[in-house]
Amino acid sequence: MSTEVRAARVAAPKGGGRRKLSLPVVLLIIAGALALVSLVRIISGANDVTSVGQVRGALELAVPIGLAGLGGLWAERAGVVNIGLEGMMILGTWFGAWAGFQWGPWMGVLFGIIGGCLGGLLHAVITVTFGVNHIVSGVAINILAVGVTRYLSNFTFAEEPGGSSKQSPRLEGIDKITVPGLSDWMYDLQQHHWFFVSDLAGIIGGLVTRLSLLTVVALLLVPVTWWVLWRTSFGLRLRSCGESPVAAETLGVNVYKYKYIAVTISGGLAGLGGAFLSLVATSIYQEGQTGGRGYIGLAAMIFGNWMPGGMALGAGLFGFTDSLKLRGGADNVHAMLLLLAILLVIVVFWQLYRKKYVAALISAVISGLLFTWYFLTDQVPSQFVDAAPYVTTLLVLALSAQRLRMPKADGVPYRKGEGK
Amino acid sequence: MKKFDKDRLILGFAGPVLALVVAFALSTLVLLISNRDPFELYRLLFEQVSYSDVQVLIINQAGAYYLAALAVAVGFRMNLFNIGVDGQYRLAAMVAALVGASVTLPGPLQIALIVVVAMLVGAFWAGIAGILKTTRGVSEVVATIMLNSISTSLIAWLILPKNFGEQAAGSNNLTTGDIPEAGWFPGLSLSAEAGEIYGFTFVAAGCGLVYWLVLNRTRFGFDLRATGASESAAQASGVDAKKMILTSMLISGAIAGLVGMPTLLGDTHTYSLDFPVGLGFTGITIALLGRNHPVGIALSALLIAFLDKASSPLDQFGFEKEIATIMQGLIVISVVVSYELVRRYGTRRQQQKVGEELAAGHALTTEKEAAL
Repeated sequence: MSTEVRAARVAAPKGGGRRKLSLPVVLLIIAGALALVSLVRIISGANDVTSVGQVRGALELAVPIGLAGLGGLWAERAGVVNIGLEGMMILGTWFGAWAGFQWGPWMGVLFGIIGGCLGGLLHAVITVTFGVNHIVSGVAINILAVGVTRYLSNFTFAEEPGGSSKQSPRLEGIDKITVPGLSDWMYDLQQHHWFFVSDLAGIIGGLVTRLSLLTVVALLLVPVTWWVLWRTSFGLRLRSCGESPVAAETLGVNVYKYKYIAVTISGGLAGLGGAFLSLVATSIYQEGQTGGRGYIGLAAMIFGNWMPGGMALGAGLFGFTDSLKLRGGADNVHAMLLLLAILLVIVVFWQLYRKKYVAALISAVISGLLFTWYFLTDQVPSQFVDAAPYVTTLLVLALSAQRLRMPKADGVPYRKGEGK
Repeated sequence: MKKFDKDRLILGFAGPVLALVVAFALSTLVLLISNRDPFELYRLLFEQVSYSDVQVLIINQAGAYYLAALAVAVGFRMNLFNIGVDGQYRLAAMVAALVGASVTLPGPLQIALIVVVAMLVGAFWAGIAGILKTTRGVSEVVATIMLNSISTSLIAWLILPKNFGEQAAGSNNLTTGDIPEAGWFPGLSLSAEAGEIYGFTFVAAGCGLVYWLVLNRTRFGFDLRATGASESAAQASGVDAKKMILTSMLISGAIAGLVGMPTLLGDTHTYSLDFPVGLGFTGITIALLGRNHPVGIALSALLIAFLDKASSPLDQFGFEKEIATIMQGLIVISVVVSYELVRRYGTRRQQQKVGEELAAGHALTTEKEAAL
């Protein structure tokens, strides 16, 4: 292929593809969404939807999911599907609690990461060196992690006072920071329940009140991941292993090395997520504590189109719906019905504008049903509240999945020398 | 050609043997590190198998595992990953139990109704993921994970006494009411103390046969495997890939619907809050171990069921029964790795052989040429 043709091919999507959202547009969308939420809050009177506690809870619940999602992102960007995130998280919870119990919380964090890295390394050995199907290896790691942690608990936590073979003794927490002044001011402002202002105050307040240092670290990891993967030559090489390992090899990239690094880091991030669960979120290790968050993290990553920002948005959505349900959810989720119904009305207009009449009709019918449900009832059964985050994910994916693009060689086994 | 077949046979056995040796060695190592006598443990495990009641437990468990693994395997043959077998079978068992408890039909019809309802519900639940994949391009992995969680909530809501459930007096457990005796699937009783093998276990074995026949002896099975091997190639030869995805998702779900049947029809006769969970995930392991082959799956289902059931009394003898889970993980890893190693060795050997033959052939011709 001549150089001109190749250049033309690369250039083509730029003109014909979707416009990239600029920062002002993004801010405008966020402001619009917040105004809508605020409107719904005032109509429904569910003032807890954007309270300081709600936002804080959402953040705390989003962090482990987000860390698992980041882990998935690292691995899949290098072309390795990591369904073993759940197992690596389990290792993180156990090792974090074990070291945290003996040497304090920060050693716990370190050991949580190490535990996860070990899981990641095993995944790398099986998938990269031995070329086994990635999903098979991930499933095996999930089983092994459950077995190992349960087995080890018998020899460690079971012998400590206050611990048992299923849970650790109480653990020392990590320092939490509150920005003095600002936090109280935001809290007061939020209490007035003014349109928009109180909601904004609730969100800012949630971000500056009793914020665990580990949460700050986790939040920083999102831009750091973006910078490393998209702005350094290391990141470019790593991503090239996920897009076309053969081409990368031809250019002299040691594909195995990059895959090993990526999958090990992936495990470390999932392990950190696990350590967060046992050290910050609950201050105790319990069997089955991860509760499928590794899988949810994977979903958040796909939701975010294999990009850190989108992944963080997905994790935030999960965290928010989770926290809605924890904080006396029936009323809050009832208000969310209204929000969803209004959003669907917007979708209807958008689809009419795009001349997609069938889709518009379907959206209108669903929206009408939601309005009816909202006005005929006062509460949503708590079981439906539990399901809300999962239904939301399905809906969002159904609406947006066709725009997603995963790394081209994701999950494809690769052997050294294939390019020759 | 014959010689090649002998090689393949040896290599075919080398995989599992290597895997078992490695898994055995690693488990022994774990036990030695944790200061437990490995051989005493292995002796205890095998001693358990000699008890007839444990044998029956293993076989009954293996039956359910077998169905779960078949459901997963249908997807795998199509390159679809149905993680949602777990949610599908629980929802199916629950709805089937409800229908079974509220309808009274003569014997076999009652059973047939329950089974058909279970298959339909399982297919419906998997079909949601199938439709999302074919029309909206949603990854079936994520969709089925979400559907698992949604089915948990849905069951919790349906089983409330104010909806369809019942609460037995003096107990916290919620049930769906008892299925009348006409809907009980007769089992095979070995002896009074051993208990009985669920009749549905034999149906499960039959499903394995049907699975093999459909996949290997029908046009549909060929299309399915072809689409799994290469979607674009299958499409080029006239297979409607989208239709295949939806159909195999529906079939996978229908089989998943059967997973709860051995327990429901043979033992509990009602769906309650303590109905066995997690079989779908074990099914994934078993399908992988058995390499999607009906006989392989049967053997692995028995192996995993053996480790599950034979390990439960280990606590009484000073061992941690969690070692069985570690052993399951180690077995899966060593099986897949050793299969891959043996496959690579086989390919290399074949290449070498062909190379040698070619070189020899080449030498012959040059001699001939030299003679000319």
